[in-house]
Amino acid sequence: MFPGFFEWVWDAGHMLFMGALWYALAVIGLGLTYCVIKAAVETGKGGGHGEEHH
Amino acid sequence: MDSALIPKGVRRCSLGKFTLFLSIVGAVLLWGVYAMFLCWIKGLNQTNMNDYYGFALWIWADLAVIALGGGAFFTGFLKYIVGKDELKNIINYAVLIGFICYSSALLILAIDIGQPLRGWFIFWHANVHSMLTEVAFCLSCYFAVLSIEYVPLVLENRQLDKVPFFHNLAHNMHGVMAVFAATGAFLSFFHQGSLGGVAGVLFGRPFGFREGIFVWPWSFFLFTWSAAACGPCFTLLVTKILEKSTGKKLVADNVVELLAKISGWMLLTYIIAKIADTWYWATVTAPGMGHTLMDFYSNNPVYGIWILVLEIVIGGVVPALILVTKTGRKNPILRMTAFILAVIGVSVNRWVMVLQVMAVPVMPFDIWAMYYPSWQEVATTILPVAYGVILVALSYRYLPVFPQEPKLNPVD
Repeated sequence: MFPGFFEWVWDAGHMLFMGALWYALAVIGLGLTYCVIKAAVETGKGGGHGEEHH
Repeated sequence: MDSALIPKGVRRCSLGKFTLFLSIVGAVLLWGVYAMFLCWIKGLNQTNMNDYYGFALWIWADLAVIALGGGAFFTGFLKYIVGKDELKNIINYAVLIGFICYSSALLILAIDIGQPLRGWFIFWHANVHSMLTEVAFCLSCYFAVLSIEYVPLVLENRQLDKVPFFHNLAHNMHGVMAVFAATGAFLSFFHQGSLGGVAGVLFGRPFGFREGIFVWPWSFFLFTWSAAACGPCFTLLVTKILEKSTGKKLVADNVVELLAKISGWMLLTYIIAKIADTWYWATVTAPGMGHTLMDFYSNNPVYGIWILVLEIVIGGVVPALILVTKTGRKNPILRMTAFILAVIGVSVNRWVMVLQVMAVPVMPFDIWAMYYPSWQEVATTILPVAYGVILVALSYRYLPVFPQEPKLNPVD
């Protein structure tokens, strides 16, 4: 649910609940995007061959 | 035939033997899938749920696997946030068990809601006054986190690792895993707690109702605490089961003992808080609502006073005392007993907080209602177990789940 949706109310409950959900989704999404983009750039530069220990 | 997929430096059984094993467990899985489709096609009349038991076997299983899957978030918290580096040797398996538990919980919920096509309503038409909304949010997000934690392990498969992009992706995901682990710990704290909070705020159900702080009843904190204490015990228990099944040592004793010690202290502090909570509820909260302790227990086969003893003493005090003492946790039999008892204890806790809450009569015309699950409910509850066994078997065979395995079991 986003602000502007007909069920949305500007109160603490909606802001806390939905804010926490978007915050968690943003951290997960940004973290994953960062990993994917960095991996694509490194692969483009020719890195990542061999069996490196993680 | 599949030797190119098996991690280097380890030995696995033949593909034929493995396929036979998968076929047997797969048959159980199919039985559960059949029952699941019956519930989806014909509806919840396939269950024995009724007006007394709106929550039944599924919700108990749901809460139990969520508590037992708590080993993933707590072990991740200890490794990535607290810095217990030895736990790197068991974190993969903890994540795998957590992934299985949480995907199972979501599967059970998808069956339980009756109309899974409307499952997204809880996100879009969110009731922000419901603790279950918070549970749904955190559960879904945390499952995403667990998937992200599991993906690098899959990408470390011998063949996938040869693909440069996958190799780099796995490496980068390991690099930022602390961020995901911290997010997972945050999400777990709230959804584990809110599951306990649901029972605690039921002021019309004096068996579950608890006082607390701000909007959180004490049961909120006790649920999180118990999951952090017993989740790692479940991880260690299934590690031991896998070791017995494969005839191999997979995790070094010092790692097991460290996690067992931390779990023991978590369990001891939890059970002290639980006893205090039960004492206050029995002597102050419940009498204030016109009840005595024995009003909540009956001579019927399911809800006698024995269930309280089983949960708190046998499933709480005993395993805690075993695990906090050095001699207790160093003795393999006592340690294993403690793990089993802790798992039973937390499962019984979830049972009473889901089912006994609703069974206790609260109106003059109420009776002690009994509930026996239908075979469809039993089959769909066993379904996640079969799914979990298959995923563990596949992961163990093809992924480097246990970093210490090659060293502990040198191949000639």
